[in-house]
Amino acid sequence: MYHIISIRDFERRDLDYLLDRAQEFDTGDYRPGILDDKLVALLFFEPSTRTRMSFATAMARLGGRSISVDSVEASSIVKGETLADTIRVVSGYADAIVLRHPKEGAARLASEFASVPVINAGDGAGQHPSQTLLDLYTIRQSMPIDGIDVGLLGDLRYGRTAHSLALALSLYGVTLHTIAPRGLEMPANIALELRERGMEVVEHPNVEEAIRELDVLYVTRIQRERFPDSASYYNVASSYRITADLLAAVKDHLMILHPLPRAGEIDPAVDRTPYARYFEQARNGVPIRMALLHEVMK
Amino acid sequence: MSTKDPSRGLLVSPIRNGTVIDHITAGEALNVLRILGITGSTRECLSIATNVESKRMRKKDIVKIENWELRTEEVDRIALLAPQAKINIIRDYRVVEMKGVEIPKVLKGVVRCPNPGCITNTNEPVESTFEVLPKGLHCLYCDWLIKDDIANHII
Repeated sequence: MYHIISIRDFERRDLDYLLDRAQEFDTGDYRPGILDDKLVALLFFEPSTRTRMSFATAMARLGGRSISVDSVEASSIVKGETLADTIRVVSGYADAIVLRHPKEGAARLASEFASVPVINAGDGAGQHPSQTLLDLYTIRQSMPIDGIDVGLLGDLRYGRTAHSLALALSLYGVTLHTIAPRGLEMPANIALELRERGMEVVEHPNVEEAIRELDVLYVTRIQRERFPDSASYYNVASSYRITADLLAAVKDHLMILHPLPRAGEIDPAVDRTPYARYFEQARNGVPIRMALLHEVMK
Repeated sequence: MSTKDPSRGLLVSPIRNGTVIDHITAGEALNVLRILGITGSTRECLSIATNVESKRMRKKDIVKIENWELRTEEVDRIALLAPQAKINIIRDYRVVEMKGVEIPKVLKGVVRCPNPGCITNTNEPVESTFEVLPKGLHCLYCDWLIKDDIANHII
């Protein structure tokens, strides 16, 4: 049985294979109704708009159907049921489970108790592999991933998307440039792991210094709750804001990505520049999730 | 008149039945007792020697526990704290079994994950699971890495 839990479980060829499959789904190169006898359970125990909707959209486009739990309040969790029991029960209803859960490692646990494939749609501050795949897919639409310079900007301490993406990019000979506010730097053990994987990791004190070298700038949300008060948040957040002025001397093909939702890190004026690719990135969630759903249920 | 050098007398007397844990890293004897669940209220006869001179280790700790034979999972815990420890099982004053300790590749239910957000720190029916890497203990659920102060995380 094929589970999709963590980007650490993938080798380069697995990622390339899934990206190729996503491209086929993206261009319509598949049999309509290919999953028309399948049912997926979307178990979302944490708020999510785009991930849940894009999984539902992907399943519908493949001709399959989905059932869902949208909140903890609407589930047996409030009656004290464990996730393990929920997973065992739902395994009897659906052909695959897509799980979003606030606890790290929840998807790994679910895969141990499920009798159907489990796809991790985000577990707390842990892994979110389908996001990483759609990030890679968006980059690959514009340029080969091998050997490029990618900047990660924002909360690199708690940001799961940044960690997962960095791990995946380490398989492609990418040079990683990290730009983070003080206290939100990438954890030392993750930076060490990246270097052990042969990745060059360069730390920068500010985005101005790094941006001219970059092929891709990946911006993540700086979360207000990580700061002791609003003033210190605004102080830091304003110094990590991407504006159109900042883009004056960047490479022509620079692409700016963001997992969204954004909270002021990118000035809306940037949306009108050719560098802004985050809405296209969000759209790519559908072909990537079509590839994942098809892969685990085919 | 006795010719025995009083300065070389026995630190602790031999035990009839039980376990002697020798070559414990100096200073770790109390942690070894803690992870074995042996407290001040134990009924068994217990001898502890700390910072004993040792040819091999310069200084070491020794623990002797009467009427107690270690289980495998207890040996795993000791291995984390005192990788050079030697365990002697004593029956009727004789050593019937002598074994070293070895840190297993995967530790199940031995170490509590320090990450409060880890699924193993909930009421779910799973044991904490860590793989043992040269750089530390890696939680197989949440990817947390314990690099030091392992004794404080042993369950």
